[in-house]
Amino acid sequence: MKTLVQRIKQLAAEVGRDVQFMEVCGTHTMAAFRSGLPRLLPDSVRLISGPGCPVCVTDTNYIDAAIALCRRPDVIVATFGDLVRVPGSESSLEQERAAGATVRIVYSPSNALALARECPAKQVVFLGIGFETTAPTVAWSIWKAAKDGLANYSVLCAHKTMPHAMEALLKDHAVKIDGFMCPGHVSVITGAQLYRFICEEYRIPCVVSGFEPWDMLKTIAMLLAQVAEGRAEVEVEYSRSVSEQGNQAAQRLMDEVFEECDVSWRGIGTIPRSGLQLRPQYAAFDAAHRLGMRFSEARVHPGCRCGDVLRGVLTPPACQLFGTACTPLHPFGPCMVSAEGTCAAYFKYEKRAAA
Amino acid sequence: MKHERILLGHGGGGALTRELIAQCFLPALQNPLLQPLDDSAVLTVAGQRLAFTTDSYVVQPRFFPGGDIGKLAVCGTVNDLAMQGAEPLWLSLSFILEEGLPLADLKRIVDSIRVTAASVGVTVVTGDTKVVERGHCDGLFINTAGIGRIVANEPPGSARVPPGDAVILNGFLGEHGVAVLSQREGIGFSTRVTSDCAPLWPLVKLILETGAEVHAMRDPTRGGLAAAVCDIAHAAGVGIRLDERALPINREVQGACDLLGLDPLTIANEGKFLLFCPASQADRVLAAMRQHPLGKDARVIGEVVDKPKGMVLLRTTIGGERIIDLPTGEDLPRIC
Repeated sequence: MKTLVQRIKQLAAEVGRDVQFMEVCGTHTMAAFRSGLPRLLPDSVRLISGPGCPVCVTDTNYIDAAIALCRRPDVIVATFGDLVRVPGSESSLEQERAAGATVRIVYSPSNALALARECPAKQVVFLGIGFETTAPTVAWSIWKAAKDGLANYSVLCAHKTMPHAMEALLKDHAVKIDGFMCPGHVSVITGAQLYRFICEEYRIPCVVSGFEPWDMLKTIAMLLAQVAEGRAEVEVEYSRSVSEQGNQAAQRLMDEVFEECDVSWRGIGTIPRSGLQLRPQYAAFDAAHRLGMRFSEARVHPGCRCGDVLRGVLTPPACQLFGTACTPLHPFGPCMVSAEGTCAAYFKYEKRAAA
Repeated sequence: MKHERILLGHGGGGALTRELIAQCFLPALQNPLLQPLDDSAVLTVAGQRLAFTTDSYVVQPRFFPGGDIGKLAVCGTVNDLAMQGAEPLWLSLSFILEEGLPLADLKRIVDSIRVTAASVGVTVVTGDTKVVERGHCDGLFINTAGIGRIVANEPPGSARVPPGDAVILNGFLGEHGVAVLSQREGIGFSTRVTSDCAPLWPLVKLILETGAEVHAMRDPTRGGLAAAVCDIAHAAGVGIRLDERALPINREVQGACDLLGLDPLTIANEGKFLLFCPASQADRVLAAMRQHPLGKDARVIGEVVDKPKGMVLLRTTIGGERIIDLPTGEDLPRIC
């Protein structure tokens, strides 16, 4: 560990200027803060958090739609736990549950599918958010429901994919990025080839990283070495799990059920081709389609700057609400709610240390 | 966003619980005996100091690897007394039963209560039974109260912890929470982890007999180690520095936590406790603890410092540093 830190210091000196690396994935953000890693880096090397916390990039109007659904007496909303505390325009799933709505926390879409079989008189709606990591299991649940003719299971779909979001940040120019620490779990599914165009078209180094502190330190050293040598390549630090081509069975399943679409990212806006929607032949399993949902205009707290945090433009303490009006106990924006949110990680692990 | 109803998180033993106590219970019920908010109240009756505590048990499932709700009820109550340096004497038990509960389940639970109580020398001296309609409680809930005789010269209390104290922990973290979670419907993973549920009084007794100056003890149940150390730092107005490399967490517990997106430091324990004593006396305390099976893995995990007041810092395995904060409420499982 000491030698890795030493190596990073040497390489940073060789580079001889300030560099910023973006960790795209929320799990990296959390792992960095939990291990106290940022404090081991030389001042000239900064890690900035990107848009890789799936809860955080989910638009407020999606939460509002989920809340509208859970209020219907014929609907059971099934969701991963992270979403229940995220504030919508007026309320949260957690508060709706306390007021009597049926909101079930599940650990996998297959739990939601089982719930649908147990409760034939109810419509079970799974909240499908997340990146290439979660999308395949959701795709499987839809495929399975279609195959078994399960008429009371559907997915409120807001899945997103990573590469075009990374590209949007580069095109945006609001934040300087000298390299990407690419998400290990996403890459297990997609394969490392996914990021090649970023190196080729934008000349930005990409290293796919694991989630242990030493994985991340090694990744930072690899990124620094690329910068020092003027290279821009896809390298894989997380080679124990990530291959060039990824998990092709999962990719086929996703392709069977989903197709690309334009989708709105909270704080970033609409990014072309960065979302997944159900293919027309699976439309019956799209909750919005089956239950006639419409996404309405969301009301976002005027001071909330989660969008800027997600683009890496703003660090959480620079937001006026951070730590005062907005805390994990009473969050305004999603970045303060999810365990992987940048604001939550900052608040939990760094808040007063900075002061 | 303000909360207008009780949320599940209000029962998590973290920041939401603290907020509920401060905003709802204390303003109405404040008095000097309640004020310390320790595991038990310290009462003096005819010159004898007594510890008095109450607790309720709603664990689901009722039977889990390493224990059941009955054993848990006895251990939890006895431990709250022991943390005040008190020898547990008497317990009350109130059962809230759901119509339709299999009698065999109830008998098994009561038998477990009998065995556990006998093992620690505590007697159940009063009780109550209520039955509610089917669907109005999940099988059974148990409420207890406990009375113990304080044998420590000066009753330990969170507010008594000064800078210079060592922080001692008696063993591995997170086992109870993981064992219970592993049995829960919809999660169901297989693990060899069993609950650490155990009565701590026999071990505490050994420590008190050394005559060491025990400033405070706390069992890290709901909210885990994180909530317990944060509470102490807050109550005593001191800083606490812990060393991640010294924290005993077994690989299976760590693995289960990684899988579910949980932090082992916020997972409930039912047979662990933290002890604060002057660093110079730590060796004596550790030697006594290691005489007992529940203390064989005892170790110093950190130190109490002057500043930053009210804060807990963790030196991480890679040599970084981070805050350990009071958990918010319900744990949020990871989604990707």
